[in-house]
Amino acid sequence: MTYEQKNLRVVGTRPIRHDGPDKVTGRANYASDFTLPGMLWGRVLRSPHAHAKVLSINTDKARALPGVKAVITGADLPLPPPGVTQAGESAINTQHLAKNLLARDKVLYDGHPVAAVAAISEAVAREALGLIEIEYEVLPHVIDVDEAMKADAPLLHDDLFTEGVEPRPETPSNIAKRIVVSKGDIEKGFAEADIVIERTYTTKAVHQGYIEPQGCVANYAEDGQAMVWCSSQGQFVIRDLCITMLGMEASSLKVIPAEIGGGFGGKTTVYLEPLALMLSKASGRPVKMTMSRGEVLRATGPHSGSSMTARIGAMKDGTITSAEVVIKFQAGAFPGSPVGAAVMFCSAPYDIPNLSITGYDVVVNIAKVHAYRAPGAPNGAFAFETVLDELAHELKMDPIDFRAKNSAVEGSKSPYGPTYGPLGGIECLSSAKNHPHYKANLGPNQGRGVASGFWINIGGQSAATVVVNRDGTISLVEGCPDIGGSRASLAMMCAEVLGIAAEKVRPSIVDTTAIAFNDVTGGSRVTFATGMAVVQATEDAVRQMRERAAKMWDIEVDQVGWRDGAAQEMNGNRSLTISQIAQKAAKTGGQIMGHASINAAGAGPSLTTHLCDLEVDRETGKITILRYTAFQDAGKAVHPSYVEGQMQGGVVQGIGWALNEEYIHDENGRLENAGFLDYRMPVASDLPMIDAVIIEVPNPNHPFGVRGVGEAPIVPPLAAIANAIYDATGVRMRDLPFSPPKVLAALEAAEKTKANG
Amino acid sequence: MAKSHVSTTVNGDPVEFLCDTAETMLDVLRNTMGLTGTKEGCGTGDCGACSIIVDGRLVCGCLMLAVEATGKQVTTIEGIGAPDRLHPVQQAFLEDAALQCGFCTPGFIVAAKALLDRNPDPSETEIRYWLAGNLCRCTGYDKIVRAVQHAAAEMKGQPA
Repeated sequence: MTYEQKNLRVVGTRPIRHDGPDKVTGRANYASDFTLPGMLWGRVLRSPHAHAKVLSINTDKARALPGVKAVITGADLPLPPPGVTQAGESAINTQHLAKNLLARDKVLYDGHPVAAVAAISEAVAREALGLIEIEYEVLPHVIDVDEAMKADAPLLHDDLFTEGVEPRPETPSNIAKRIVVSKGDIEKGFAEADIVIERTYTTKAVHQGYIEPQGCVANYAEDGQAMVWCSSQGQFVIRDLCITMLGMEASSLKVIPAEIGGGFGGKTTVYLEPLALMLSKASGRPVKMTMSRGEVLRATGPHSGSSMTARIGAMKDGTITSAEVVIKFQAGAFPGSPVGAAVMFCSAPYDIPNLSITGYDVVVNIAKVHAYRAPGAPNGAFAFETVLDELAHELKMDPIDFRAKNSAVEGSKSPYGPTYGPLGGIECLSSAKNHPHYKANLGPNQGRGVASGFWINIGGQSAATVVVNRDGTISLVEGCPDIGGSRASLAMMCAEVLGIAAEKVRPSIVDTTAIAFNDVTGGSRVTFATGMAVVQATEDAVRQMRERAAKMWDIEVDQVGWRDGAAQEMNGNRSLTISQIAQKAAKTGGQIMGHASINAAGAGPSLTTHLCDLEVDRETGKITILRYTAFQDAGKAVHPSYVEGQMQGGVVQGIGWALNEEYIHDENGRLENAGFLDYRMPVASDLPMIDAVIIEVPNPNHPFGVRGVGEAPIVPPLAAIANAIYDATGVRMRDLPFSPPKVLAALEAAEKTKANG
Repeated sequence: MAKSHVSTTVNGDPVEFLCDTAETMLDVLRNTMGLTGTKEGCGTGDCGACSIIVDGRLVCGCLMLAVEATGKQVTTIEGIGAPDRLHPVQQAFLEDAALQCGFCTPGFIVAAKALLDRNPDPSETEIRYWLAGNLCRCTGYDKIVRAVQHAAAEMKGQPA
């Protein structure tokens, strides 16, 4: 489908979201809100060690405890055949997943599950966990990515040989994979440069931080039919992972999507669901499992910590001639970090003739990392965009002009292969430059930072059904969990095509037996791809309604048009509303239902530029964000309030990552800050209002011009804040997070250098 | 161990329940009474998803023992607004798009109502500090703060 400019009456407005009343009254049901009669409570026993051999597990005493109905260990979960399941932006290795669900001979991180129990109450389940006897032989561990790459580092897997290196290494290591993106000749490019800057950066592992912990209820019946209620970013991926783990048939497992309390990429895999199914099968009763916050932080996918070196060269006129970047990512206990996205996208806003970007995927003794909003891109942008800032300063160029001079535009070749279609990069930069924020005065110890970001956005498989009701209302059936307002945006697109009000369309997100497979809610894809399916399904319904009207009028269908929620006779003035057509449906061929099931291609990338003002307290090292403005190309904002909300939320996650959030481990590799008090996410009093400026450069491959919006806003903040700190203090900080002790140490070191210099 | 018998008032209704002494008010609201609008995000009083009002005070349901409810007036999200009319804070959250996933929303609405009950005209800073005990990971708080400002204005405009 292609973009057509048209007068829009619903798309671009701000109706109240359809699921809103349920969510402001507490009626909406999230994963842990379900209860079934006879339900048991399941809990997981987790490794207290970062790396250890499991010598023995004895569950006899736990099984003997009154009220315990089932106990499972890794021995109860045979390894599935090798394979990979696609889950949005992550590819999940099935055997690694099985070993992550329940450890076997080795535990690989603090929090790694080793056993699970189901009992008549949570208290009995907890007591039973304490009765399971496990003998460990503690092994040396490694968490830092640079340490893990050393030849003498403790080895997590003795069968892991680096992919992407020729010849294949003869000895195993923690380096799972090496990937390279390159073009031109970087050394030739650096020779042409008048100035070359090379810097090294580190970031710590951070968590998605969704407020709803993982939870589910599973019910496995004697005939092998099962149901799971859970919170996820995709009921179909949950189903596919569960049936792969347990050797079930797809039609035997119905996954019912609960409302989801945040995901940000982290809820595109399974942690509890297969265990709950196993416990339910073993006990013959429904089983509910929920994680504590500590379990969420210890054992669900954080995002990779990283170590990066970026070297960029430019000529005196500001032309970037060459860039070389090396990016190393923690993968956690099993291979598969999002380092590829950091490699492909760190330079993607720019057209640079000579590039060499290398990424390493490195296993370490923390939970297997999982997708986190624009997975990998913020790390890469942190390194790239701060070196750009240094170059702009050295060249005495305005940092926005410098970026604009090197911006990729329509027709530029992307670093990752394809040639770009229309892009909003220049529009974002010029909008930022002309914004009052960019001209506002700053006081002492205050600084302003600029950074840009890129996210590719994805399409993928989506299905939608448009059911026409007798009263003229529409039931819109779809299969992508709504994390942030997608019911509203999808219903609005349906309403736009029909020419009716958004409130007349009622969207429902249904279970895995009620619609065809849908990819996850991820990759900023739902408004684009599911939106396209909705438009096609609605057009299908309109076509059928025109046919019915033609039958009712006894004229040819090509004589029937569609306008304002009604069939219109083209050579006459008769018209039939949706309800008039629907009420006669039984007599004109049966009930009317439009449908589409597609694999959407042609997602348009998002470009974004951020401006950040902050103040550094020289006595405490505390940084206060004073003003923040994000400029982003949304293609078309279907519901502008929720586009702004995505931008504001992404910015604030980036602010938390930049200023406070980090995984802190003790010398034994145990997570020391496994709670919201010490894993310090931003709160309301930390922040100013976040201004969101929506730019609309239509995506030519979507009927309304939609790109994605959800992920790009988390990409620039790390660099924007680093650049603002420099502007405020003259100090370049390159190791995240910029927490008060680190800021203070950096300021003191700079003072000392100045005094000695 | 024998369970404790508790008599209390929840959302205006007299309620009796039995609980273990270790059970929290949050556990009893969710698992015994089926009032699942109050959410558990952390269990340690850090996220505010379980915010409830007890005798006029805003508290975290996860930090209150259920036996402490004896003789108290407890208000949960289910007790805010009326069937025919949402509370102005709820209405403002809808109109201002102050929710995304919605999981933290009941806690924010209870907390915001508790604020406006005692301070009908809070400044932006007062709103931000009052809500600092409620975590939202989706919105960046911008639209939440605006919704509370909006609700305060609406409530002042209404006859008492």
